[in-house]
Amino acid sequence: MLFFILKRVAQSLIVMIAVALISFIVFRYVGDPVAGMLGQDASIEDSAALRDRLGLNEPVLAQFARFVGNTLHGNFGISYRLQEPVLPLILSRLPATLELAMLSVTIALVGGLVMGILTALRPRSPVSMTIMTLSLIGVSLPTFLIGIGLIQLFAVKLHWLPSFGRGEVVDLGWWTTGLLTSSGLKSLVLPALTLALFQLTLIMRLVRSEMLEVLRQDYIRFARARGLSERTINFRHALKNTLVPVITITGLQLGSIIAFAIITETVFQWPGVGSLFVQAVQFVDVPIMSAYMLFIALVFVVINLIVDALYYLVDPRLHAGSLKNAG
Amino acid sequence: MTHPVLSVRNLVVDFPDRRQTFRALDGVSFDIAAGEIVGVVGESGAGKSMTGAAIIQLIQSPGRIVSGEILLNGVPITGLPQAEVAALRGKRIGLITQDPLTSLNPLFTIGQQMIETIRRHLPLSESQARTRAIDLLSEAGISDAEDRLGAYPHQFSGGMRQRVVIALAIAAEPELIVADEPTSALDVSVQAQIIGVLKALCERRGTAVMMITHDMGVVAETADRVVVMNKGRIVETGKVADIIRRPSESYTRGLIAAIPSVADARDRKPVAAGVAPLVEVQGLCRDFRLPARTLRQRFAAPVLRAVADVTFEIPRGTTFGLVGESGSGKSTCARMIAGLLPPSSGEVLMEGARISGRKGMSGDQRRRVQMIFQDPYASLNPRWRIRDIVAEPLHGPNRRAGRRDLEEQVAELLRKVRMEPDAMFKFPHQFSGGQRQRIAIARALSSEPEFIICDEPTSALDVSVQAQVLDLMASLQEELGLTYLLISHDLAVVRRMSDFIGVMQRGRLVEKGDTDQVFDAPQDPYTRMLLDSILDISKVA
Repeated sequence: MLFFILKRVAQSLIVMIAVALISFIVFRYVGDPVAGMLGQDASIEDSAALRDRLGLNEPVLAQFARFVGNTLHGNFGISYRLQEPVLPLILSRLPATLELAMLSVTIALVGGLVMGILTALRPRSPVSMTIMTLSLIGVSLPTFLIGIGLIQLFAVKLHWLPSFGRGEVVDLGWWTTGLLTSSGLKSLVLPALTLALFQLTLIMRLVRSEMLEVLRQDYIRFARARGLSERTINFRHALKNTLVPVITITGLQLGSIIAFAIITETVFQWPGVGSLFVQAVQFVDVPIMSAYMLFIALVFVVINLIVDALYYLVDPRLHAGSLKNAG
Repeated sequence: MTHPVLSVRNLVVDFPDRRQTFRALDGVSFDIAAGEIVGVVGESGAGKSMTGAAIIQLIQSPGRIVSGEILLNGVPITGLPQAEVAALRGKRIGLITQDPLTSLNPLFTIGQQMIETIRRHLPLSESQARTRAIDLLSEAGISDAEDRLGAYPHQFSGGMRQRVVIALAIAAEPELIVADEPTSALDVSVQAQIIGVLKALCERRGTAVMMITHDMGVVAETADRVVVMNKGRIVETGKVADIIRRPSESYTRGLIAAIPSVADARDRKPVAAGVAPLVEVQGLCRDFRLPARTLRQRFAAPVLRAVADVTFEIPRGTTFGLVGESGSGKSTCARMIAGLLPPSSGEVLMEGARISGRKGMSGDQRRRVQMIFQDPYASLNPRWRIRDIVAEPLHGPNRRAGRRDLEEQVAELLRKVRMEPDAMFKFPHQFSGGQRQRIAIARALSSEPEFIICDEPTSALDVSVQAQVLDLMASLQEELGLTYLLISHDLAVVRRMSDFIGVMQRGRLVEKGDTDQVFDAPQDPYTRMLLDSILDISKVA
């Protein structure tokens, strides 16, 4: 187990270094950082001084080493546009994104699992047929269209829910939450649904096809022949085997929910990391862009690590030394 | 009056399709008395597994019982509501499935699966069920049963898993056991042990057994009576010895005649002395690195020697049979000789020229060596027409031929393997297993090879089809002067086809020599053990 985890951590580190390199290249070579920081009116002496102060005249490798060192100390530079350090900026936006992502993932997972199992166990019932047909919409409609549609219906026509923003938030010092006020909760509903819908249908279809596959296996037939009850067979034997591949895909999806909340955040003007990134792109705010890239890479790497560990816990065939006592 | 444990009366099972209804079982009737073992034999598609599935009422959708009755101790069990049928399974009818590798849930321990089954049927506490599980497993021949409860199925070998499956099937002391090909996926030596365990357990409990198998040898060894099935009907029923010695129906006679036996001495011409060897295998070794599982193994990876110092030669125009159980290294050997895998050391020579090693074979050498694979369903590209499959080796660099010319050559090849030339315009799925294997042979012949490596060429086929394919191979050898390397786990097939044989065990060639000599007077203890454990129809008293 330990060896397995260590190996995965080592692999993750390599990935992070590669991303850091790309991020560094973006930071250093997309546009001239000096021109970006001083504006076009700066004198040549001023820009030379800044160049010197920022160490831009040193060899590239030394610059990269310092970039990595700074990154490890949480120093991602200063936003060109806002003239503030990048890290606190991202951290202040993070709670909004994480709350949105977590709620979406919960909706997608619970809904996807329940409906996936239902449609697998009763493939011919009218309910399953309806769900399968509707799921086509979830898979095929682009996120922004779903978002706009939901706004049109629930905010504009019915006036049930707000169409943008986070509502009132409670500041807990290190975290701002919208979960404690009713306006915050209301604001969360539409964006969370929008973000979850695609993942939900994807997970549902995956669970359904995996479960149908598992139900055809010999060990399920043998479990029936052993006289086990349908409930034991479906929810103990079939479900656990279904989960093995589902965990992998779901993990990756979770990463992309956090990473690609951009569109949803834009549609709903959600004050999260995604909208910060979109603004940064508009103003060529390179430090934020490269920090965002590192952040997303970190999210994916950490989730992958967790998925691998989970996989290991669920599937005993991966356990070390298992071949030894084969008899 | 006492009822038989199982009575099947005029059972009819249909598989409705969109266009037509396929009748899988057509008026099947037989009885099994308490403590009796009845063998149900037949070729694939005969309906023998379907009969078993109908009895335990697990017919795959859309199949259904149309008419007829199944009585368990005189009480009809057909047409019962689902819940009552489910209560019969495991409790009164046990099932032993064919493939022990797939019939246990890989994510649960043996103990969990044993205990849940026992507690489902018997009013026992968790710890009582545990004790019973240990007793059952020990009875099925698993040593240290208590320690093995926490093990997962993948930690057991095939034979051990089948013992677990048997223990599961008898957990609730059912009156009837349906054993569907219980040993077909196992090695010969393990097969004999499993049959022994099953027989002993059922005898002790007086359990009736329905033994479904395609293997007459298994029936000969175990059953009291035998039911012969063909195309959904019962052909003949009788005592095992009667059926094997004096089959009354022509179908049964054909079936029995097609079964090769290890006792049949080969009716081949003796090999002329002093024929130069075509292929020489010298000190062949192959190591595989096992995946590292700990940090220490990372630096000194454990090595598995799959083939160790194998040396033999094959005279031109003869057949060398290589036998051994699974994992003995015979297929690895074949792949090295075919040039598909470089040997770790040692070499393979063809007419004195080296054909193994990094550089591999030259184009011309490659043409002279061909291979026929085990699974005729997997070894032909399903999206290609037969013409293209057979003609592929004809497209060599210096063998450019026009389309007309090519089709003539393919037609000629198909005639050689006794098939109609029209077949070239069809796709593989339109052919049966035996026909596909003929196509595979035609493909192998298309480059006019001298040496053909046959890796289990008939083990996926029914006995009667197997006999035809073997006959074809023998006559092609005669016509074209081919040299064969025949790899098989089936000793009877090897005895029938080979001039010389080699016996492999754990990567080593433990015995080699003239086929009849090795079979009649085996020198190595392993060979003797192998020959003793064969379930063969010649052993019927």
